[in-house]
Amino acid sequence: MLEQLSVFLENQPGRLAHLCRTLGDAGVNMRALMVADTQEFGVVRIICDRPQAGKTALESAGFGVSVAEVVGVEVPDVPGGLADILEALGEQGINVEYAYCFIEPGMTGAVDVLKVDDGRAREVLESAGYRVLRPEDLYVPDDDG
Amino acid sequence: MFQPESEAMPREQLEQVQLDRLNALLARVYDRVPLYREKFDDAGVRPHVETLADLADVPFTVKDDMRANYPYGMFAADRRDIVRVHASSGTTGQITVVGYTERDINNWADLMARTLACAGANADDIVQVAYGYGLFTGGLGVHYGSERLGCLTIPISGGNTRRQVQVLSDFDVTVLACTPSYSLLVAETAEEMGIDPRSLPLRIGVFGAEPWSENMRVQIEERLGIRAIDIYGLSEVLGPGVASECMEQCGLHVNEDHFLIEILDPQTLRPVPDGQPGEVVFTTLTKEGIPVIRYRTRDISRIIPGQCACGRTLRRIERITGRTDDMIIVRGVNVFPSQIEQVLTGIAGVAPHYQVVLGKRGSMDTVEVHVEVAPDLAFDEVRELEALQRTVRAEIASALAVSIDVKLVEPRSIERSEGKARRVVDLRDTEGV
Repeated sequence: MLEQLSVFLENQPGRLAHLCRTLGDAGVNMRALMVADTQEFGVVRIICDRPQAGKTALESAGFGVSVAEVVGVEVPDVPGGLADILEALGEQGINVEYAYCFIEPGMTGAVDVLKVDDGRAREVLESAGYRVLRPEDLYVPDDDG
Repeated sequence: MFQPESEAMPREQLEQVQLDRLNALLARVYDRVPLYREKFDDAGVRPHVETLADLADVPFTVKDDMRANYPYGMFAADRRDIVRVHASSGTTGQITVVGYTERDINNWADLMARTLACAGANADDIVQVAYGYGLFTGGLGVHYGSERLGCLTIPISGGNTRRQVQVLSDFDVTVLACTPSYSLLVAETAEEMGIDPRSLPLRIGVFGAEPWSENMRVQIEERLGIRAIDIYGLSEVLGPGVASECMEQCGLHVNEDHFLIEILDPQTLRPVPDGQPGEVVFTTLTKEGIPVIRYRTRDISRIIPGQCACGRTLRRIERITGRTDDMIIVRGVNVFPSQIEQVLTGIAGVAPHYQVVLGKRGSMDTVEVHVEVAPDLAFDEVRELEALQRTVRAEIASALAVSIDVKLVEPRSIERSEGKARRVVDLRDTEGV
C-alpha cells in the first residue's frame, strides 16, 4: 500500500498554488496530483517522494491533511491495459472508490493509483500477474526529516 | 467564600439590605444626575419605593442614555472623587464611559475576589490575567480581585499567544483568566509548541466576556485539563464581578447585595416568573461613580429557581444564551450564535470555530454558517465531507427549527480573536457597494 496525502481545500483562488509552494519549499517532490472538487471545496490527493515530510509541512502551514492508504499498480502500456486490471478487481466484487494514473520514470507502463476499501485487492492483483508497488518503489518510507 | 456574611446572608435580611440601598440610591441619582431627575419627573415617579416590587414603576436606563451623556453626563459623584474610568469596547456603536470612585474600586476588588474564590481559587494560586488591560474592564477587574484574594497575579494582558503559553508553563500558573474562545487558541498554540496543556499545573479557567455553550465548556475542560468557570459582567454595570459560577457549575450567582436583578419579557418589559427566560436588567445598589437604574443589558438569561448546594443564598442566573443585539432572525425564527455553537460542538469532524455570515443574494438576505473541519479529520473522500456538511445542516435544522446553509472551511481559516470572538459577520452593507 502507498501513502497518499489528502488535503482539504476551500475553492478559492490561490489555495492550490499555496499548497504546491508549501511542498516545494519543504523540498517535497510530487509524483502525481489529483483534485476532486465540488462547488465549494475540493480534496487534493498527492503522491510524493516524502509523504510524512509533506504532511508535516502542510500541517504547519495550516492545511488539513490526512494520509490515506492506496494501491499503486503498474499498468501494461497497451490498449485495454487498465480495463484488464479493473475487471480483475470487479470479478472479485472489489469496488474502486477512485483512480488516477501517473508515469514513473524507469517503469515500462503507467502507475495506476486505486482507492479500494478491500484488503484483498493486492492479493487479487498479484495473483493476476500484476506488479503492485511497494512504498520503497516510489519513496523511502520513514526516512523523512 | 470570600465574604460569607454577604454571600450566604439569609434572603429576608438580604432583601432588607437591598431595599435600604435602593432608596439611598434613588435619592442620590435624583439629586445628582439630571437625566434621572427628568426621567422620574416625566414618569411621575418619586425617588423612593416601599417595596422592591415597586421598582417596576421606575423608568429604564438604556445604552443610548449613556451615549447621549458621553462622557461624564451620568456620573453621580464629583469629578474629583472619580479615580478611574473604563469604557465599553464600542462593538455596537460609540463607546460608553463609566467612572469609579475609590470606594467603587474597593467594592469591585471584593466582588472579583468573591468571583475567584467562587471558582475555587485561593491565596496559593498563581493567576494569569490574559484579559486585555486598558479601557476594557476585564484585565484590571480580574487583576484587583486576584490581588485582593492574595493570589500571585500576572498582568500579562491579552495577545501574543506563544508568550502566554510560555508564561503559563514557566510560571506554574494555576488559574487562567481570558475569554473562552481565547482559551482554545491558547490550547492550540501550546500543542503547536509541543507543550501538552493537560500536563501543566493549570487547574482553573475563569472565562467570560462572551457567550459560550456547555459543549464548549466540556471541550475546553478536556483540552486544557481544567475546571472552566463562567463569569459575567458588563462595564455599564461594573465590569466582571456581577455574577459568577461556583464549583457546582450550575448557574452564576448574582452578587445581589450590590446588584438588583430583574428578568423581563423583552416585548412587554414586565417581569417574567422565575425560571422563564427574558432580558436581564440590573440596578446597581452601591455604585457611586456611575450608578445605573434598571439598566437594560440586552442579555438573555433566566433565574434558576432553588438553592445552590454551595451554600450561597445569592440567586443564580443561567449562562447568558445570547444578546438581543446578536440575535439573528432567520425566516422569522430567533437564532443566537451560542445555539449554533452548542450544535457544532456536538458533532465529530468539525472544530468549535465558526462564524455566522449574513449576506445578500439579490434582495434576499442569506445566512450561512462557516465551520472549520477538524484538523485530524480523514479528508480523503469527497462524499464523506459532503455527508459531514449535511449532518451539520440537519443538526442545526433540528435544534433551531430553521434550515441554515453550512459551508465547511479549512482548519484555522477563521480568524482567532485575542478578546471577544467575532461570531457574526454581516456582509449585507458591504456587498454591491
